[in-house]
Amino acid sequence: MSVHVKQDKPATDNRLDTMRQGVIGKPVSRIEGLAKVTGTAPYAAEYPVEGCVEGVLVTATITRGTIVRIDAESALAMPGVIAVIDDERLTTRPAQGTANEAPQQKPRTICYWGQPIALVVAESFEQARDAARHLVVEYKPDEAAPVEADPSIAEEQEDETVREGNLDKAMSDAAFAVDVTYTTKGHASAAMEPHAAIAQWDGERLTVHASLQMLNYNITELSDALDLPEDRIRLISRYVGGGFGSKLGISEEAVAASIAAMQLERPVRVVMSRQQVFQSIMRRSETTQRLRLACDADGRLTGFGHEALVSNLPGEEFAEPVLQSSHFLYPGEHRELVLKLARIHRMTAGSVRAPGEAVGMPTLEAAMDVLAERAGIDPVELRLRNIPDKDPEQGLPFSSHKLAECLRQGAEAFGWDSAPRRPRLRREGEWWIGTGMASAARVHNVAEARARVTLKADGTALVETDMTDIGTGTYTIVAQIAGEMLGLRPDQVLVDLGDSNHPRGPGSGGSWGAPSIGSAVYVACMAIREALADTLGIDETALVLADAKAGNGTPLTELLGGKDLVREGHYEPGKITDDYLASGFGAFFAEVRVNHYTGETRVNRMLGAFGFGRVLNAKTARSQCLGGITWSIGMALTEALEFDPRDGHLVNRDLAEYHVPVHRDVPDLDVVLVEERDAAASIIQAKGIGELGMCGGAAAIANAIYNACGARVFDYPMTPDRVLAAMPD
Amino acid sequence: MRPFQYQRAHSISDASAIAALPEAMLIAGGTNLLDMMKLQVATPSQLGDIGRIGLDGIQDTSDRGLRIGALATNTATAVHPRVRADYPVLARAILAGATQQLRNKATTGGNLCQRTRCYYFMNVDQPCNKRDPGSGCGAIGGVNKLHAVLGTSDQCIATYPGDMAVALTALGAKVVIAKSDGAERTVPVRDFHLLPGDTPWRDNVLDQGELIVAVTLPPPVAATQLYRKVRERSSYAFALVSIAAVIAIDDGKFARADLAFGGLAHKPWHDPRIGELLVGAAPSPALYDQAADLLLEGAEGHGDNDFKIPLARRTLHAVLAEAVEKAA
Ligand SMILES: Cc1cc2nc3c(=O)[nH]c(=O)nc-3n(C[C@H](O)[C@H](O)[C@H](O)COP(=O)(O)OP(=O)(O)OC[C@H]3O[C@@H](n4cnc5c(N)ncnc54)[C@H](O)[C@@H]3O)c2cc1C
Ligand code: SF4
Repeated sequence: MSVHVKQDKPATDNRLDTMRQGVIGKPVSRIEGLAKVTGTAPYAAEYPVEGCVEGVLVTATITRGTIVRIDAESALAMPGVIAVIDDERLTTRPAQGTANEAPQQKPRTICYWGQPIALVVAESFEQARDAARHLVVEYKPDEAAPVEADPSIAEEQEDETVREGNLDKAMSDAAFAVDVTYTTKGHASAAMEPHAAIAQWDGERLTVHASLQMLNYNITELSDALDLPEDRIRLISRYVGGGFGSKLGISEEAVAASIAAMQLERPVRVVMSRQQVFQSIMRRSETTQRLRLACDADGRLTGFGHEALVSNLPGEEFAEPVLQSSHFLYPGEHRELVLKLARIHRMTAGSVRAPGEAVGMPTLEAAMDVLAERAGIDPVELRLRNIPDKDPEQGLPFSSHKLAECLRQGAEAFGWDSAPRRPRLRREGEWWIGTGMASAARVHNVAEARARVTLKADGTALVETDMTDIGTGTYTIVAQIAGEMLGLRPDQVLVDLGDSNHPRGPGSGGSWGAPSIGSAVYVACMAIREALADTLGIDETALVLADAKAGNGTPLTELLGGKDLVREGHYEPGKITDDYLASGFGAFFAEVRVNHYTGETRVNRMLGAFGFGRVLNAKTARSQCLGGITWSIGMALTEALEFDPRDGHLVNRDLAEYHVPVHRDVPDLDVVLVEERDAAASIIQAKGIGELGMCGGAAAIANAIYNACGARVFDYPMTPDRVLAAMPD
Repeated sequence: MRPFQYQRAHSISDASAIAALPEAMLIAGGTNLLDMMKLQVATPSQLGDIGRIGLDGIQDTSDRGLRIGALATNTATAVHPRVRADYPVLARAILAGATQQLRNKATTGGNLCQRTRCYYFMNVDQPCNKRDPGSGCGAIGGVNKLHAVLGTSDQCIATYPGDMAVALTALGAKVVIAKSDGAERTVPVRDFHLLPGDTPWRDNVLDQGELIVAVTLPPPVAATQLYRKVRERSSYAFALVSIAAVIAIDDGKFARADLAFGGLAHKPWHDPRIGELLVGAAPSPALYDQAADLLLEGAEGHGDNDFKIPLARRTLHAVLAEAVEKAA
């Protein structure tokens, strides 16, 4: 039986708080943690499949053009080679998140350097790799293949454009104004597990073990790419070794493995090399951003301008949504927000770790620091004076708004000094020490989701959905929600995720996983509670379930009378998404040291205070924030994709040269969880968490660099060369 | 990876014999070579494994110097009591490199022979004169943040990426090489690596069939020893600029100033004029500037790496100031 709830109104009853098991919100350790750290949790490529042969993708070595000829014989003549898959259905890019259709196919048309063009299949991986390298491909290159964004021919993204009032006039009338331009470099998701798939075809049905974030969309994308009905496909992604956006859409290796398995009637495994993951999956677009802020003598914003230039391949709709939170974070009657997209021939730009705010917030919040300095107002105070009481553009109420609390509690916990600020007040040996802060904001998303919950006759529960756990804690919070609702310990709830045979969840992406799947599980459990209440002849609201017993002491097993109770929960966000503006908010505080001689910057300590609705698990929530802050450090100081200026190929294609922060770069981090219930965010009063931790944090570091040594850097990441170039004598 | 013949060498002469075969390479810890073989940057048809030829000892020499076997791991060298006591710049340089896991496998010989991290060298679908002579240099006019500002040629602007050899250069160490005929020859580390010139494919003076058997260190000197490595992240990154310094002060003047520089050239950079300038002079920022002038005479940036020129100057100031403070 399926129960459908469309949420049109805030869920103010906060039912989860009235339950008695007492596990919701608790810092329960990850259920699958032990399996993962002991190496017994199989990742996509690790399933033992008898007779499996190995495929290696061949990638283009020109930027733009067509393939005239693929000389299959050149590879087939090599030892162990079984086939060269040169098929029109091969995909040349990953699908964008939620695309729900096949991405660009026709691999003989080349749009970027490193684009997959064929698959070589051999008995062993080494043979396939060698043959892939030696496959002879004849190209006809196109003359023009621009690889750098040209603002003069960029397309304005009309949906994103807001022009209200007269910003130029507001700027010239302002008591204080800032007009600054920042750049940010491209980023890679840099998940540990490379993209990998094993496809098996039994003549009728295709089974694919893959590393994917959103099976509910991926199955449709794969079906579309292969022209094979969805009901003949099964996708399995039980464990995903990190996605960070790069596994939102079906990717090239899964489609290639499927085509090969169907053609050869043998299981085929395709694992991308680290270099292929870097150059053939997603990049976050580089950006150029102009910020214009105007305020009155009290620091209240009167004008707000944020213009951004981003890039993508021809044919891609995705434009890094840089302005996402800029639309509502601060007031300013005179507004100009413009997003422009340039078409260039670098690899696909798509969702990478908090698309939009990850790069939009650090520039905005760095500009706010410049404004605070000009206006002589403490940076925390400047933000507090600029919290709008409703969405400044559409006039919508906020579903909840914890920015002020986060700023105050964060400042308190960090020991923020609100004395007048000046750079270069503290030096220890070669190091200048300084502090900085920034606001955090990330739009909250919630999506339609289904989950099936079975309360088993033996008094345990089973939850099934195709939802994935990409290392974030989904298994655990699902067990906690079901446990809380049904009166069970989390270890009495078996959570079965990542199988497309199960009811369709929301997928893991955009931080919407927990509120969405949590709501579906809640709906299913509510229906089970109603059935149990019926059996007892009481109203559901009077039903108490704890420790596998009803309130009157009757064990669940007895209540169930030897039968399983099965309900499918179907949650759908309704009018709440139109009636409210929902966002997570927070504040970052950082202390850094900057070496006077070398320009090296290291973070001494950093704190984030966040308000994102109900905390479902204090430990996994905190871990998400720690991860986000770590990415903030990467964004601020080290991470940059470097592209060749001539052919646009990605130059730093491995983890040795693409610098994510290492342990030594990440000091003890502090997280303050500002508890709240957001009734309009989801039926379980929870919002998205994961991405918020990196939406603005880099600016706290940038602002601290300035406070430490007086170097105002306008380019992220703030590597030693850039800090030195801006360093006063 | 291309198919290859694998042989385990059991003695130095075994190793020499394998190394003399056409398209042969030796493998020690494999931390550099295996990566390159997977990418087909290196395509040996013969692979001679020298992991068990027993050159992993670290012994005192008769003149109270130290002999570090070619197969001693970087970890073993860095934690060796005599290295820590008498050659701390070497321990520091090793520990500033790579990661603990890599250092546990990496060896003295392999570390000296590690190849450049130039992005174009590592990408077989891009031009590179070092990997594929005559194909051009992708880094010139491309992304060259890691690249050299000293001693480059129009054929190649790569850097030697290692840390250990920079310290060995400052210490005046020597490389002991077994020739293919069984005889030994000894080359100062300072002369071991080559500038790219017209033969960018040659990193060092080893001829086909030769192998490194040891590195020897001269007797210790009373001096302050520092290794400074400037890098974007604080671990697991190659040097933008690094400096090894062996400094002694006597009577308010430099009595010893042996300096070597990493990240600037195709080899650990050593300019004897710098030591000559400093020794006998009283420390001062003006003097450090003169030293930097000598170091950077003829330095040339290639775009992304222009910053290395001022960075090297500033880092030299920092290192000399720190050494003088510690030595005093
Ligand atoms: C991600 C990463 C980061 C790193 N970071 C740093 C760093 O910051 N600083 C740093 O200094 N290094 C760094 N390294 C490099 C590391 O130090 C080298 O890979 C290592 O020292 C090589 O030693 P090996 O024994 O593993 O050499 P191998 O990989 O076995 O061999 C390397 C080369 O040396 C040759 N060779 C080995 N032994 C001999 C011998 N006895 N005689 C002649 N030729 C020989 C081989 O034929 C081969 O060409 C890093 C490496 C990696 C992978
Ligand atoms: S700098 Fe040297 S190693 Fe790099 S591409 Fe040029 S020739 Fe090759």
